[in-house]
Amino acid sequence: MAHAHAAGQQQPVAAHAEGQQHPIGIYLKIWGLLFVLSTASYLVDYFHFQGYLRWFLIIVFMLLKAGLIVAVFMHMMWERLALMYAILVPTVLLMVLLGIGALEADYTFFTRGVFFLKGLL
Amino acid sequence: MTQAIQTNTAEPLPLPEGIQGIVADWSSDQRAFKNVPWGKAMMWIFLLSDTFIFSSFLISYMTVRMSTTDPWPNPSEVFALTLFGHKIPLILIAIMTFVLISSSGTMAMAVNFGYRKDRVKTFVLLLITAALGATFVGMQAFEWTKLIVDEGIRPWGNPLGAAQFGSVFFMITGFHGTHVSIGVIFLIIVAIKVIRGDLDHERPGFMTGRKGKYEIVEIMGLYWHFVDLVWVFIFAVFYLW
Repeated sequence: MAHAHAAGQQQPVAAHAEGQQHPIGIYLKIWGLLFVLSTASYLVDYFHFQGYLRWFLIIVFMLLKAGLIVAVFMHMMWERLALMYAILVPTVLLMVLLGIGALEADYTFFTRGVFFLKGLL
Repeated sequence: MTQAIQTNTAEPLPLPEGIQGIVADWSSDQRAFKNVPWGKAMMWIFLLSDTFIFSSFLISYMTVRMSTTDPWPNPSEVFALTLFGHKIPLILIAIMTFVLISSSGTMAMAVNFGYRKDRVKTFVLLLITAALGATFVGMQAFEWTKLIVDEGIRPWGNPLGAAQFGSVFFMITGFHGTHVSIGVIFLIIVAIKVIRGDLDHERPGFMTGRKGKYEIVEIMGLYWHFVDLVWVFIFAVFYLW
């Protein structure tokens, strides 16, 4: 217990005086970057990119924007790992739900195809 | 056995590197989230649960869209606007995106000035954030009106193609718009607290005996950035797919 020295000795009022304090410039830079990324993802639609290229660009821009917001605007990159992992790791579970959803959708699409085809015959 | 327990969160506690640090924080039979105010940790937990709610919506949307045999209406055309004689695809949604990102920027700066105890600047920035949020909701109302009245899109069907388009659209954007609206209300409440000096005088807020502190601006900011974050995903998977 390295931090065992008493808590009562510290001034209670000044204790919460500081929180996340960073230079304002970093917010402006991230803000600009988010604008650029949003424009880029809009242009993907504007120039009618299709297929895998479209998907790749949309997802890359989406994840970059989400990462910037969480890391800088929400100050996650300056938090302790205990909080970071507690919040970010559970979201990985959603990939399982995503996979189940995709499997289910493919199967439903297949059975609908079979059913509607039968109606035609 | 009367060892003092460190409950003060201002000073960074000594922390072993990496995974060992996580284990030390979590296994210590005391508060797990050190160096963060209680309210902030709880807001993070709430946002995590909200993430699961929105993800359920978005994944259901994916499932429904992948399994329908009807053609899906092209969002690029549905959300096009005619401006200055040109039909520009998806322009309304692009503007809404920029409005929301700008509000996120002003919110981040409000948090920053809050911790510097600059009351006036924090107040003004919070109000700008609220105004941008209200603008967003207004544009969404316009979008809904256009879709319902002009294009005849209903939750149970529409003339453009797959019936699921309407239900998914109203569900997801409606839930997100509700979040934005609640956020605007709370931004105004926090702004009033700031300008009145409640946080400087540590006056307790409503429904709590806890002292008012500038942390609440950051906690408000977390919620607001989350709303923006959700929009990033909605924009990508609903409007750009």
